[in-house]
Amino acid sequence: MITLGIPSKGRLQEETVAWFASRGVTLARTGHGREYAGAVRGIDGLELVLLSAGEIPRELALGRLHLGVTGQDLIAEHLTAADGVERVRPMGFGHADLVVAVPKTWIDCDTMDDLDAVAAAFRLAHGHRLRVATKYHELTRRFFARHGVADYRLVDSQGATEGTVTNRTAEAIADITTTGTTLDANHLKVLSDGLILASEATLFRARRAEWSSDDEATFDALVHQLEAA
Amino acid sequence: MTAPLRPFPLADREARVARIMAAFRGAGAETIALEALQPAELLLDLYGEDIRARAYVVREGFRERMLRPDFTVPVVRHHIAAGRASARYAYQGPVWRRPSEGSDRPAESWQAGIEILGSEDRAAADAEVFALIHTLLRDAPITVATGDLALLRAAIGGLSGPETRRQALLRHIWRPERFQRLLGQFASPATAKRALLERVDAEGGAAVLAASGKPVGLRSAEEILLRVGTLVQDATLPPVPEAEIAVIRRVLALSGSLPAVARDVERLADEVPALSPAALDFAARLSALDAFGIDLETLAFEGSFGRTTLEYYDGFVFGILARDRQDLPLIASGGRYDALTEALGTDLPATGAVVRPEAWLALEAGR
Repeated sequence: MITLGIPSKGRLQEETVAWFASRGVTLARTGHGREYAGAVRGIDGLELVLLSAGEIPRELALGRLHLGVTGQDLIAEHLTAADGVERVRPMGFGHADLVVAVPKTWIDCDTMDDLDAVAAAFRLAHGHRLRVATKYHELTRRFFARHGVADYRLVDSQGATEGTVTNRTAEAIADITTTGTTLDANHLKVLSDGLILASEATLFRARRAEWSSDDEATFDALVHQLEAA
Repeated sequence: MTAPLRPFPLADREARVARIMAAFRGAGAETIALEALQPAELLLDLYGEDIRARAYVVREGFRERMLRPDFTVPVVRHHIAAGRASARYAYQGPVWRRPSEGSDRPAESWQAGIEILGSEDRAAADAEVFALIHTLLRDAPITVATGDLALLRAAIGGLSGPETRRQALLRHIWRPERFQRLLGQFASPATAKRALLERVDAEGGAAVLAASGKPVGLRSAEEILLRVGTLVQDATLPPVPEAEIAVIRRVLALSGSLPAVARDVERLADEVPALSPAALDFAARLSALDAFGIDLETLAFEGSFGRTTLEYYDGFVFGILARDRQDLPLIASGGRYDALTEALGTDLPATGAVVRPEAWLALEAGR
C-alpha cells in the first residue's frame, strides 16, 4: 500500500482533487466531512492522507509518505537533494512566483546589483544591515549569495510580509506573488532580475519511503493513468 | 564527496592537542577557555546571513545564539572584555559547522589555535605564527599554500576614479564572481540606467522621485536622490583604463614558489607605485620567515589564495594541506585579520592560526 498526502483544506485541496478526478482517480474524504482520512477509487493499493500543506515536505523527506502534493517553493525551501524527494508531475495550478520587491520610490534600484549597492550605502547611513522580510529564508539567502549581495539581513515574516516595509520592520521583501496586486497596493515593485523561483503545485515522490515491488507496480499504474489523460 | 575522518582513540587526540598547546605556551601564549555559545547577532553582523548556512543556531525564545563556528571572534571578544593592549592566547576545543550539501564531514571537529593581538611588528608576528605551526607539522606529508590579501587590496587602491569604485571592489573581495562582474562594469560602463538618467536630466531627480509613488520604509528621499546623483556622475566617468585592471588581474595570477613570486612582486611594485607599501610588507615578511629558519622554496604562493575559504582575513594568509589527500580538510590555516578587530570596534593588529588535530591524525594514520 502506498500513501498519497494532499493538503487538508482550501483551494489547493480542491484543485488537487479535481486534477486527479480528471485523470480517473477519485479522491474523497471518508466518514464525515471533517475527518482527515480519505479513500481512493480508480487505482488499487493507493491510500489517501490529508495533512497540512506545510507538513507534506517533511513527511516526504522522512519517508512517511510515498507521494505528496505540495508547492515547489516549500520543497525547495525545506529540503535538499539528499532528502530524496523527486518531482513526478507539475500539476498546472497553484502558480506562485517568489520574488524580491522594493519600494516603488527606489527609482535608482531595478536589479539585484542595484540592491547590493543600496544595501552598502544603507548600512553606512543607518548603522545596521538592510532588512529583507521573508518566510523563505533558505531560498532567499541562496539567491542573494548567487547574486553577490552583501550587507543585508533576513527578518522572519510569516504573514502580511508586504506590509513590513510600510511598518518599517524591513526595507525590502522576498515573498510569493500571484498577480502582483498586493505588492502594488503596498507600494512595492519587483526587481527585474528578482525572480527567485516560479512555483506550482506538483506531485512528488519520496525515495526514502519503503517501496515494495507491489508498491512500485501501483506507482507505475498511477503514472500510466496520469499520462493517459 | 569527502570521506569522514577516521575514528581514533580519544587519547590520541588528547595527546596531539597537548603537544600543540605545549608549543603555543612555549611561545608565551596564555591558555584561555571560551564559550561554545556565542551571540548570533554579533556573528550575523560580522559575517552576514551566509554564516547561517554554516553555523548552528540555537533559539532562546525570540533570541538566537550560535555554536561557535570558529574561535577567532570569541578570542577577540575575550581580549576586548579584558581591556588589554597586547596579548597572545592559546585555546582548544570543538567547533561546529553545518556540513555543506553532499559532504559527510562531521559537524563537530576539534581545533587548537593561537592568536597574537596587538603586536605592531606585523611581519614578525605573521612569521612567528607560521613558524610555530610549520614546526609542528613539517614532518607530516603536507604542502603549504600562502597568499597575501594586502597585495590585492593595494592593487584595488591603485584604481583611478571615485572612491565608490574602490569601495565596491573591497567589499566584494570575498565574492570572486561579483568582483569579476564589477571589474567588467568599470572597464566598460553599462547604460542600463539610461532611461532614468534621461528623465532625471529633463525633469530633475526630485520630480522623478515624487512621480514614482508613495514613499514607504526607512530609506529616505535624500538617500535615494544621493544615489541617483552618484549614478548621474558615474555615467560621465571614463572607463577604468585596462592597464589598471590588468594590475589587479596580475596580482590575482601571481603563482609559484615564494622567492619566485617575491621577484614578480618587486617588478610589479616598480611599475605600480600604489603597490609599494604592500610589496615592502611582503618583503619584510619573507625576511622574517627566513629568520625563523623556514625554507622559502618549499612554500607556494597563490595570488587568489584565501579569497573564498578564509573570509575576513586581509593580509598574509596560509593553509597547510594534506598532500595527496583531497578528502581531508586543511590540517592548519591562519593569517592576519586586522579588519575583523576593526569591525569589532578596536583597531588591534591581529594574526593567528588553528591546527585541526583530527585531520592531522587522519593524515598520519593514512601514511
